[in-house]
Amino acid sequence: MTRKRRRLIVLLACGLGLGSASGLSLWALSSDVAFFSSPSQLLHEPPGPGRTVRLGGLVVAGSVQRTSEDGKPAATFRVTDGAAAVTVTFVGILPDLFREGQGVVTLGSLAPDGSFRAEEVLAKHDETYMPKEVAEALKKSGHWNPDKGPPPPAATWNTMTVPTATAKVGG
Amino acid sequence: MIPELGHFALALAVAIGFAQAILPIWGAWRREQRLIAAAPAIAIGQFIALGTAWVCLTWSNVVDDFSVLTVAENGNSLTPLIYKITGTWGNHEGSILLWCLVISICGAAVAVFGGNLPSSLRARVIGVLGATAVGFQLFALLESDPFTRLWPPPEDGRDLNPLLQDPGLAIHPPMLYIGYVGFAVPFAFAIAALLEGRIDAAWGRWVRPWTLAAWCFLTCGIALGSWWAYYELGWGGFWFWDPVENASLMPWLTGTALLHSAIVVEKREALKTWTVLLAIGTFSLSLSGTFLVRSGILNSVHAFANDPARGLFILGLLGLVIGGSLLLFAARAPVLSTSGIFAPVSREGGLVLNNILLCSICAVVITGTMYPLFADLLLGEKLSVGPPFFNSTVFPLALPLFAAMAVGPMLSWKRANLGDAARRLWWVALAAVIVGCVAAYWARLLPTLAFAAAAWLILGATADIVERIKLFRQPLSASLQRLRGLPRGSFGTTLAHAGLGVTIAGIAGMSLASSAIVLLKPGETTHLDGYDWHLVDLHDAAGPNYSARVATIEISEGGVPVVTLAPERRSFPVQQVNTTEAKIHTNLVRDLYAVLGEERDGAAVLRLHVNPLAPWIWLGALVMALGGMISLADRRLRVGAPARRGAVLPAGTEPGLR
Repeated sequence: MTRKRRRLIVLLACGLGLGSASGLSLWALSSDVAFFSSPSQLLHEPPGPGRTVRLGGLVVAGSVQRTSEDGKPAATFRVTDGAAAVTVTFVGILPDLFREGQGVVTLGSLAPDGSFRAEEVLAKHDETYMPKEVAEALKKSGHWNPDKGPPPPAATWNTMTVPTATAKVGG
Repeated sequence: MIPELGHFALALAVAIGFAQAILPIWGAWRREQRLIAAAPAIAIGQFIALGTAWVCLTWSNVVDDFSVLTVAENGNSLTPLIYKITGTWGNHEGSILLWCLVISICGAAVAVFGGNLPSSLRARVIGVLGATAVGFQLFALLESDPFTRLWPPPEDGRDLNPLLQDPGLAIHPPMLYIGYVGFAVPFAFAIAALLEGRIDAAWGRWVRPWTLAAWCFLTCGIALGSWWAYYELGWGGFWFWDPVENASLMPWLTGTALLHSAIVVEKREALKTWTVLLAIGTFSLSLSGTFLVRSGILNSVHAFANDPARGLFILGLLGLVIGGSLLLFAARAPVLSTSGIFAPVSREGGLVLNNILLCSICAVVITGTMYPLFADLLLGEKLSVGPPFFNSTVFPLALPLFAAMAVGPMLSWKRANLGDAARRLWWVALAAVIVGCVAAYWARLLPTLAFAAAAWLILGATADIVERIKLFRQPLSASLQRLRGLPRGSFGTTLAHAGLGVTIAGIAGMSLASSAIVLLKPGETTHLDGYDWHLVDLHDAAGPNYSARVATIEISEGGVPVVTLAPERRSFPVQQVNTTEAKIHTNLVRDLYAVLGEERDGAAVLRLHVNPLAPWIWLGALVMALGGMISLADRRLRVGAPARRGAVLPAGTEPGLR
C-alpha cells in the first residue's frame, strides 16, 4: 500500500466521522430544539401540537393553585409577560426557588384546550434574579425596560395582566 | 492587615508573571544561559506569591472578616468551618484566584520535576505557562479582586449559597480546576515545541504523564460534579447536558484523544502535528469552558450572576490565548516533520480512529452547547438545546467508539491482522450478545445496546490481560509470572477501558429507574418497584445555620425492613433559600432515593426513586481515574527512566516491543 493510499484512507475516515457528526447534528437540530416563547408569542403564533417550547415569564401573584392529578400532586399557575398570560399545568414537585411574582421558565407543550402542560419548571437564583429570556420578553411587551432600574414589584403584575389577558384569550 | 497582604501578594504574582512570561522565552531565544536557568526559580516564586494570596483569602474567610467584600457576600458567622474554607472558592472572585493558584502550581511542578528536560525546553514551557497565567492574574487583580474591602463592614455575612454547602462540592471545584488547568502543561509543551520547531519521541514521553495526571483529575472532577447533581439537586438525574457540564465534558473528550495520540508520538513518532493541535485544542476548550460559562454568555443553571465588563475582559483574553496559539500553529506546524508510517489496520490506526470518533463527539457537543448563542446572535431566535439533541447525536457516535475500544489494544503496531484480534475476542463478543439479549427483555433499544457495550468493554479489557499472560495456555505459575512482569501501563489501560464499561452499565441501568410522586400522610404506605415506603412521621429539626423539616420513611421489601431514610427540606434564613436534601440508600446494585417536597394539609409530597446500578456511574469513573494513576506510576513514564532501564527489560513485557 502506498503512502498516498494510506493518507487517503485516514482522510476518508476523518471525513466519515465529521460528516456523520454534522449530519446527526443537523438532523437533531431540526427536531430536538426547544424555542423560547413569551406568553403573548405563544398566543399569537401557537406552536404545532406536541412541539416542545420553553415558556418564560413571571408567575402571576395569587394564581398558584395546588391540585392533584391521578393522586399525584400538581399545580396550576399563570405565567405573564405583562401583555398576555397563559395558564400552566404542572404535575410534580415545584422547585424550591419557585415563587409567585418571580421569573420562571417552563418546558412543555400546548394542550388542545389552550393551556400549557409543563414537563419541567425551572426557577432559579434569588429574588432579584430575572432569567435573561424573561427580561427580554418583558422589555419587548413594553412593561419593563431593564436599562431603567429594577423590575416593578411583583404584586403589580396582576393588575397589569388580567384585563389584557382575558381580552386576548376571548378574542 | 491580612487581606492587604494577600492583595499585595497577588500584585506581586502579576509582576512575577510578567517576568515569567518574558524572561525565559527571551532567554531561550537568545540562548542566554542565565535567563534560562532563572526560569524554575521564577515559577516557584510565582507559586509562593499566589499561595500566600490564597492563604490570606482563606484566612479572611475562616475568621469571618466581613470587611472583605467576598467574605461578607459569601460567609456567615454561623456557617460550619468546613464551608467557610470551601466558601473561599464558592464564588466568582475566589474561583478565579483558585484558577490562578492551580496554574502556578503547574509551573512550579514543571520547575521541580522537570529537572531532566532540556533546559531550553523547560524554560519555554515555564514561559508559556507564565504568559497564559498572567492575563488571568491581571483579571483577578483588576476586574474581580477578591480582597476588595467593604466599609462599614456588615454585622454578619450573607452566607454561602446553601446548594454549595455540601461535602461533595467541597472537593469538586479544586479537582475540576486541577484537571482543567492541568491541560495547560501539555499546551505549554505544544507551544514550546512549536517555538523550538522540534518534536520527537522524548517530547511525547514528557507530555504524556502531565496529560494523564490532568485527565485523572478531570475525570474525578466530572464524576464528583455529576454525583453532587444526583444527590444535592434532588432531581434524580445525574447529567443534564447543561452548558456547565458540557464545558467540562468537551476538554475531557479531546483530552482523552490527546492521551492516546501522545502514545503514537512516543512510540512511533507519527501524528506529531495532530497531537500538538489536540493539546492546543484541549486547553482552549478548558479555558472557554471555565470562562464562557462564568461570563454569563451561555445560559446555565450554575452561572454566577455577573457584569458584562468581566465578560468582555475574559473574551479578549480567550481570543488572545486561543487565537495566538492557533496562529503560531499555522505558522510553525509545517516545520514538524513526520517520520513513522503505518497501515490503516494497526495500533496506530486504532488510535487514529479513537481520535476521530472522540473529536466528532466533541464537535456535536460543542454544536449543541454553542448553537443557542449563535441562533440568538445571527437569527435572533431564542431556543434551547436539551438532552434529546445530545442523546440522539452522541450515542450513534459513541457506539463505534466502544466497539473499537476492545479491539484497539489487541492490534500490533505498524501492521496488524483483524482476524487475529477476532480470534481473541470471539468469546467477548458472544458474551456481549448474550448480555444484550437478556437486557432486551426489560430495556428499550438504547439501554440494551448500552448493556451489551458495557459487557463488551469490561470483558474485552479483561481479555487483553488474559491474552498477555497466556492464561490457560500455559501453567498457571508461568501466567502469574507474566502477570507480575506486565508493565503497569497495561493494567492502567485495562482498568480505564473497563471503568468506562462500568459507567456505561450504570447509565444504562439508570434508564430502567422507576419513580413516583406521591402525597402521603404520616402512617400511610405506598408501593414502588417491590418496596413498601412507609411514612412514619414529619418533624422539625435545627441545623447550625438552617432549620429543617424532616420526613422519616421506613422502607421494607416483602415485610423485611431495608432501611429508614430521612429526607429533609432545609430553610436557610440568611439567604431565604430552601434546599431539598435527598436521602439515598445504596447497596451498590441499586439506589433507593427519597425527596421531601412541600406539605399540604398534613400530607407530604414525596418523590421516590429506585435507581438500578446508579452507583456504577461514579464507581466506573473512579476506576477510570485509578487506571490513569496506575499508568502514571509506570516506569516508562518516569521521565528519563527509559533511557537507563529500557535495555534491561525482558523482551515482550514492553507493549511497544511486541
